[in-house]
Amino acid sequence: MVTLNNITKTYNKGAVTAVDKVSFSVEKGELFGLIGPDGAGKSSIFRMLTTLLLPDSGTAAVAGHDIVKGYQQIRSSVGYMPGRFSLYQDLTVEENLRFFATLFNTSVEENYHLIEDIYVQLSPFKGRRAGKLSGGMKQKLALCCALIHKPVVLFLDEPTTGVDPVSRKEFWEMLQRLKQQGITIVVSTPYMDEATLCDRIALIQHGRILSIDTPDGVVRSYPSNLYAIKATDMPRLIQVLATYGSPFNSYIFGEYIHVDTPPNGSEGLIANLTSFVADAGLTDVEVIRITPTIEDCFIKLLTS
Amino acid sequence: MTPKAPVIKTERLTKRFGDFVATDEITFEVHEGEIFGFLGANGAGKTTAMRMLCGLSAPSSGTATVAGFDIYRQTEQIKRHIGYMSQKFSLYEDLTVLENIRFFGGIYGLSKPQLRLKSETLVERLGLQSEAKKLVGELPLGWKQKLAFSVSILHDPKIVFLDEPTGGVDPVTRRQFWTLIYEAASRGITVFVTTHYMDEAEYCNRISIMVDGRIEALGTPRQLKAQLDEPSLDSVFYRLARGAKNNG
Repeated sequence: MVTLNNITKTYNKGAVTAVDKVSFSVEKGELFGLIGPDGAGKSSIFRMLTTLLLPDSGTAAVAGHDIVKGYQQIRSSVGYMPGRFSLYQDLTVEENLRFFATLFNTSVEENYHLIEDIYVQLSPFKGRRAGKLSGGMKQKLALCCALIHKPVVLFLDEPTTGVDPVSRKEFWEMLQRLKQQGITIVVSTPYMDEATLCDRIALIQHGRILSIDTPDGVVRSYPSNLYAIKATDMPRLIQVLATYGSPFNSYIFGEYIHVDTPPNGSEGLIANLTSFVADAGLTDVEVIRITPTIEDCFIKLLTS
Repeated sequence: MTPKAPVIKTERLTKRFGDFVATDEITFEVHEGEIFGFLGANGAGKTTAMRMLCGLSAPSSGTATVAGFDIYRQTEQIKRHIGYMSQKFSLYEDLTVLENIRFFGGIYGLSKPQLRLKSETLVERLGLQSEAKKLVGELPLGWKQKLAFSVSILHDPKIVFLDEPTGGVDPVTRRQFWTLIYEAASRGITVFVTTHYMDEAEYCNRISIMVDGRIEALGTPRQLKAQLDEPSLDSVFYRLARGAKNNG
């Protein structure tokens, strides 16, 4: 449904490479995640796929149309929710929705079933101007407007950035329901924990794809062993771990410190670490072997 | 952590906009050198509370002091004794790294020799020597945020307010940012921080969770998990915030 072949995009006359020879493809009906921090090149990729920006080199196609030659067909068959809120602030909720439906030669009624779930939450505010909505409501309206012409591919650029964990979870539940309706979804996010909700993900940084796989596949290909350690005095534990001789990488992760170590260096590590840390005077020491999260995988890819 | 003098002390602090109560009688204290996580869903009233504490918005009722100053009468002194940074407003993109440091240092009233010394140590500590004369707009987001934080505490404020400082930052840089926060706290600067990353909530000494304008929970991460009998702060947050009426 979406394919990219060696797509490159530079800015400032080639001084800044935003997207560097990126290739991937998204299957029909798939929920595909581009996972990476701000500035990784996610928005540039979205803007090229939605024909708002031309690549420097490489080719790409969306819904069977080339992004350069077939831009008109692409524009009428995709839905796009940009990272920045871009609806008409001085039109009401209802007016915005009707405007976008009319633009695509359809009506709100015709495709209402697609947005019904989301729109019922908005309908108490349907007479309110879009500019006066709360962040969460704006996001829901933007999604409705991107859906109202029944797109075959939906591009969502960082729909959950700055959104609290509860609303984020609700938003992903909406995406799962849309996926069940057969819509192909490409979504980007800087939140690593959202990666597990996608069918497949591409981890991206500095315009380059670091890894493409299912979330499980990314985790399975983690090349070393990972442990989690905690003690009563965490700041002291960080200092103590820094003096441990063996070559490993340790970093804070929620209530634990994660310790990454090559498989050959992990023989007896739990016992050794526990006594090393206890000898330094730390109490309530707990060391466990853990399965990496996507965030651990990302850190590993960035630091190796 | 042993309680020290409160840097923030509020008593039934309230802000109303017409019929809407954005911040509803919140009472809490933040101690010197503490890292205090101020959590809540979108629309829970965090920003309104923060604006009052920074002396930018007058409360409707209740009392509060920040760095020992009254938030009704001494807003100018408050502004001089606090630092502030957010994901949205940080630095001037079309000034260089050094120009930004000099500009904000000047605003905070640092003398020329102080400024020269501070600029040098700051640039060195962040490892920005080769970028010192580059425009801030050309720096990657993670560096911008680390620089913005360092600039916000250039004048050694009593307390620094950080509004979602790590939003969108990569996981490695996010952790480097927290190292800077720890350093500042160990120098005695109190840190008041909002975040949507629940792992970061674990790095705070204490956290509060706001729901519909009220503080629904307050304590160390360990206490909150024990109180609500939940395995993680993620589930604590979800349980408290799910029932919110003003939910985003």
